[in-house]
Amino acid sequence: MSLTGLITELSKGMLTSVEIFTLTLVFSLPLGLFVAFGRMSKNLIIRNIFRIYISIMRGTPLILQLMVVYFGPFYIFKIPLSYAYRFQAVIIGFVLNYAAYFAEIYRGGIESISVGQYEAAKVLGYSKSQTFVRIVFPQVIKRILPSVTNEVITLIKDTSLAFVISVMEMFTMAKAFASAQTSMVPYIVAGIFYYVFNFIVASTMEWFEKKLSYFQ
Amino acid sequence: MKLLEIKNLKKSFGDLNVIKDISLSVDQGEVLSIIGPSGSGKSTLLRCATLLETIDSGELVYVGEHAVKTDENGCAVYAPPQDLKRIQRYFGLVFQNFNLFPHFSVIRNVTDALITVQKKSKEEAYEIGRNFLRKMGLLDKENAYPYQLSGGQQQRVSIARALALNPKVLFFDEPTSALDPELTGEILRVIKDLAAEHMTMVIVTHEMSFARDVSNHVIFMDGGVIVEQGCPDQVINNPQNGRTKAFLSRFEN
Repeated sequence: MSLTGLITELSKGMLTSVEIFTLTLVFSLPLGLFVAFGRMSKNLIIRNIFRIYISIMRGTPLILQLMVVYFGPFYIFKIPLSYAYRFQAVIIGFVLNYAAYFAEIYRGGIESISVGQYEAAKVLGYSKSQTFVRIVFPQVIKRILPSVTNEVITLIKDTSLAFVISVMEMFTMAKAFASAQTSMVPYIVAGIFYYVFNFIVASTMEWFEKKLSYFQ
Repeated sequence: MKLLEIKNLKKSFGDLNVIKDISLSVDQGEVLSIIGPSGSGKSTLLRCATLLETIDSGELVYVGEHAVKTDENGCAVYAPPQDLKRIQRYFGLVFQNFNLFPHFSVIRNVTDALITVQKKSKEEAYEIGRNFLRKMGLLDKENAYPYQLSGGQQQRVSIARALALNPKVLFFDEPTSALDPELTGEILRVIKDLAAEHMTMVIVTHEMSFARDVSNHVIFMDGGVIVEQGCPDQVINNPQNGRTKAFLSRFEN
């Protein structure tokens, strides 16, 4: 296979990687906020449920979680595995895992906002939800952005873990080409792809951070 | 007319009785200063009056409406949330460390509650907001962000923010304690101007000469009780109680 052919093929795989990346962020960022609220709940039972959830998600390898999500329905409920479920399983696994990490980032951000901000809002008559949406959350976003960037960059590289259930993302393909051609080239091309993707994402996050530098 | 009445207020944190049994009232146009050593309970009293702390027992009445009553067992009973929301509009609070919203420009700090809480139109809110910024001498700063302002300017913004909601009583919790002497003067002048316009105010302060000049009534608190009270000249210049004398002995006119 020529280099051009390889690049074309890997680009297709790259699309799948981007898809995993995007869908994971779209679902895990809001879910993470929900989990953060659960983790900070005044109700002891709810708080502990979310604490255990986060602990499991952070305490076991993502690659293992993907396998459990994919094979679990078959082994536990004897549901036959469809081809389409492969991709869905990847998304479910990634979302559940990343939501746990984002939840802890949100929690740190929310807890770093001073009590005075809540008190000022209360005396001015803001409701609890208005206080969160208008006063607290915008400040939280600014504070957590560097940590979120870290996670987002890790996520790009983690999309390669989808190979474990043979989803045809870029790394799965690079691996196949490399063994078929007994060549390093597919890996090097894949590496460049990941680096460029990361570079774009990191620059975007940096731009976003700059946009939020209008206040301190 | 009494704008604020506090009757037999008691508040403790665990075993610590911070406020033992305090009653006071504030008339329309009155300026009340509360002085006393750190830990005397004066800030807690203010926080109870502004509903930032829940009181254990006693009554809290604004403009004849009960925010807190006491049941037959002596426990505090708060009015239902919708009543409290209305009562909350009667007062404003200026904090020691300003508590401005850092992500809002000056004008948004002053107008956001008008728009979000009081549902005023943006035009009306901005007109009100600019009026108060002008009064505070900060009209040229309306697009600045809090971190770009000096402490004194930030505190003036927070006073404008409180005034914009048109409260009947304005509370100040040590409004100059986070400021250096020069900036302190700037804030004290603003409060004096408000007093001259007969704004009803309750001020917790460590500035004795200011308290004497600006208030109609001074309360000296220590150990969670009112030790001495009266007209400022009497309490500050000629205290009768031994504790008040000791506290004020370091204060020279």
